[in-house]
Amino acid sequence: MSYFRAESLSLHFGGLKAVDAVSFAVEKGEILSIIGPNGAGKSSIFNLISRIYRPTSGRIFFEDQDITEQPPYDIARLGIARTFQNIELFENASVLSNLLVGRHRHSTTQLWQELLFLPSVRAGEKVHRRRVEQVIEFLDLEPYRDKLISGLPYGVRKVIELARALCSEPKLILLDEPSSGLNVEETGDMSFWIRDLRSELGVTVLMVEHDMSLVNRVSDRVIALNYGRVLAMGSPAEVQQHPDVVAAYLGA
Amino acid sequence: MRFLFKTDYEDDIRLFPHSGYFVSYGLLLAVLLIAPYVLSSYVMSQLVFVCIYATVGVALLILTGFTGQASLGHAAFLAIGAYTAAYLQKYGVPFPVYFLAAGLLTGLIGALVGFPALRLQGIYLVIATISFAFIVEEILARWESVTNGNEGMRIKAVSLFGVAVSRDSPTFYFLCLAVLVLTIVGTLNLLRSPTGRAFVAIRDSETAARSMGVNVALYKVKSFAISAAITGFAGVLFAHKLSFISPEMFTLQLSIEFIIVILIGGAFSLHGAVLGAIFIVMIDPFLTYLKDDMPGIIAGIAATFGAGTQAAANVQSKVATFASLNGLKGAIYGIIIVLFVLFEPLGLYGRWLKIKLFFQLFPLYKRATFKRQKIYVKSERNR
Repeated sequence: MSYFRAESLSLHFGGLKAVDAVSFAVEKGEILSIIGPNGAGKSSIFNLISRIYRPTSGRIFFEDQDITEQPPYDIARLGIARTFQNIELFENASVLSNLLVGRHRHSTTQLWQELLFLPSVRAGEKVHRRRVEQVIEFLDLEPYRDKLISGLPYGVRKVIELARALCSEPKLILLDEPSSGLNVEETGDMSFWIRDLRSELGVTVLMVEHDMSLVNRVSDRVIALNYGRVLAMGSPAEVQQHPDVVAAYLGA
Repeated sequence: MRFLFKTDYEDDIRLFPHSGYFVSYGLLLAVLLIAPYVLSSYVMSQLVFVCIYATVGVALLILTGFTGQASLGHAAFLAIGAYTAAYLQKYGVPFPVYFLAAGLLTGLIGALVGFPALRLQGIYLVIATISFAFIVEEILARWESVTNGNEGMRIKAVSLFGVAVSRDSPTFYFLCLAVLVLTIVGTLNLLRSPTGRAFVAIRDSETAARSMGVNVALYKVKSFAISAAITGFAGVLFAHKLSFISPEMFTLQLSIEFIIVILIGGAFSLHGAVLGAIFIVMIDPFLTYLKDDMPGIIAGIAATFGAGTQAAANVQSKVATFASLNGLKGAIYGIIIVLFVLFEPLGLYGRWLKIKLFFQLFPLYKRATFKRQKIYVKSERNR
């Protein structure tokens, strides 16, 4: 049994088949990249997993549990975190409180306890804060702790999104184009972090990415999609050599 | 300028980041505590209204400022609190019991309003809450067996431990002040714990909040319930202060006044809610003063610049007619809102922060310091 599994997943908008009977599996501790031209259905697959869309058909399994019918907020509680292609941070809040929202799935306090800020809430806050600090250290975000998101540059925001997802201590992380909009140096940092995610934190990574150099550097396996269907699956080198993939990118 | 050197996670959690806060808030509290023994009864009465409006302002801030759910129905929540108190008092229920009951009932109704509001956003939510307010107003006017209809209800003075507390006494003022302070402390506690952060997350990006494990529907309902409950508590005090309530007191105009409280105060800060409350309570006597004295002053100026007695009297009567036009007050409120949204989107509190920074950085303050923030806030509103 694999760690994470999608079985003939489909998403249709009327006659348009955004995702068409896609099946794949992710092994524990693996870095799997999904590539494909624009509109191939990569982000749609992520949105199906995090339940922003409801699949037309097909099932999703995580740790042998069927999560196809789980409400969206439960997906995070199961240990699947994600980042967004077009950054979705909480703009008018500080970096610290953005990261603390990432801890939401671990909060156990009740509303009335929070209104009185009982010792249990205070203790919980300190635990959250310590975890957040570890992530801040991991991703070198120390200079930005108290800054508002709305005043930060794009590259930093991208890292903060990754940090927020890490704060929830996920088992599986979905990265939607982690390098889009980053310069070469920042992309280099990102590739180190993605590898460290796995080696230091033991997180399994499922990633959508356009930058082939980043894909080659970090991925164990690659899936190529086009028009919602799987074209090829295998090691980065294999997939790039595959005639269908070459045709999809360069035209037949 | 003070630089905080943080050495403990506690530094980010505690309410007063450094000892300076104890001094300034301690002084403020001392002033508020001796106020009733120094100030005139008229000013004290205004101060009680400031407390009540600020409490509602904080409640609205939780819903609109932090959770991002606009509401023009808070007059209805205030009414529900007030009428619950008046009704229960009629049957001899003691003050602490009906005070709590009014808050809980209003909170429950707030949660019920929250459910249909889950699917609505922006302007549609505003319309839904206005409709709710109209429905409540209509029910209050028609359900005569309970609310006494348009004749309104009298409410006797608060009875605490068997002693009647007059609505003009210092004790009543302390009661209102205590409710306000407890509301503010509770809200601050909420904001530094998971629930408050979930509220802010929902305001800024529902999608991201959901994928971080926030049950958006549940937290929106919670926000509605908390906001309504606090407004219900304020409603009890409001009823006692006026000693008479009737449906036409809880109109759309009142809901708009509450929006003005948070908009002018500064939509994202508790300081703003208090400043906004002071503003809204003061503007009424100020407008009355203008209405009474402006015609004479303008006529005087006209006479100084060479207008004859006849012409000056003419000017005076014309200005007086203008000042007593119907709806002038509403128009002035409208102009104030427009001016604030255009020129000071961060409200009175934002202005105060700038003044403070000016003195902290003197002589290095630059006007451009807040420019980006201001452009950002404006573009947010245009969306």
